Amino acid sequence: MTGTNGPGELLDREFLQIRAQILTLAASLDRLDRALEQNPASNDERLRLIQSSVALLSQAGPGRAEAVQLHFSDPYLPDWRSRLEIPTL
Amino acid sequence: MHYIDPHIHMVSRTTDDYHRMELAGCKMVSEPAFWAGFDRSGPEGFRDYFRQLTEFESKRAAAYHIAHRTWLCINAKEAENVELSRAVIAMIPEFLERPEVLGIGEIGLNKNTRNESIVFLEHLELAARTDELVLVHTPHLRDKYRGTRMILDMVADFGRIRPERVCIDHVEEHTIQLALDAGHWVGMTLYPITKCTPARAADLVERFGTDRILVNSAGDWGHSDPLAVPEFIREMRSRGHADETIRAVVYDNPLRFFRQCRRFAFPS
Repeated sequence: MTGTNGPGELLDREFLQIRAQILTLAASLDRLDRALEQNPASNDERLRLIQSSVALLSQAGPGRAEAVQLHFSDPYLPDWRSRLEIPTL
Repeated sequence: MHYIDPHIHMVSRTTDDYHRMELAGCKMVSEPAFWAGFDRSGPEGFRDYFRQLTEFESKRAAAYHIAHRTWLCINAKEAENVELSRAVIAMIPEFLERPEVLGIGEIGLNKNTRNESIVFLEHLELAARTDELVLVHTPHLRDKYRGTRMILDMVADFGRIRPERVCIDHVEEHTIQLALDAGHWVGMTLYPITKCTPARAADLVERFGTDRILVNSAGDWGHSDPLAVPEFIREMRSRGHADETIRAVVYDNPLRFFRQCRRFAFPS
């Protein structure tokens, strides 16, 4: 299902918003860089997640949003029932 | 356009929100039992809460011509306390035949622990025994994917509740297809930062259609928007979608899901 908006109409409606979101992300990454200059040895996992997630945005679509979601998610553990010792009802 | 918010915590909203919601076209709210922001002191705290949900909130809503329905459970956060949870689950049947009650919810997982899973299964047992609908909370952020898959596993393993009588709420891009493929209803929650946006929800409707899909605000005591569903309506209209399509998601679908509850009557 699609709406009636073609690429032109979509960009007319959303170009400035997308531009603002990209600028917000760019500024956030700059801010992190400045924080790292003061503490270069930081090994915060969240930093690694952010840095590696940006690369996902450059990949060809579709599915970028799902890829980013999974990137920031704990993986499914197929043996979770035995790990947690879940009783059967 | 008339709409229904199938997941909003009105006990934590001011009456001004009911006023604004009425003006925006809200005809009904469905309010699951949730974590109040602090751990309750014991089972009697839940008894008072269930009275608030089943007695007081419907009166507050009615003053603004909004129907109020509710769900009962012990939420996933407090479910870590299994002893407390069993006392609350034993209390729920006292309230189940009240006409405002839609079923058991919002049960689910929070940090995907053993205790949370045990309490989730015991809620399913209650729902099966009393033939109730089930509304499921899926975890936030990094816990959502793993927790949603665990929940789907448990519902499938349990096997005594028909899939269409379960709504998997707070789905996002990486969990929606899993829940739909399992035969469940799904809810998309339009909540700042930690969940979905109107635009992303509209994207998911365009990708997956309108069948078995709900949208909600999950408005609560945190930063949230009780008019998130009208924001979704606006987003869909701006994309050129027909009112019939939008109404299917925001009005017809909640009624279709709720009408599976034997007590449900609307207009009441």
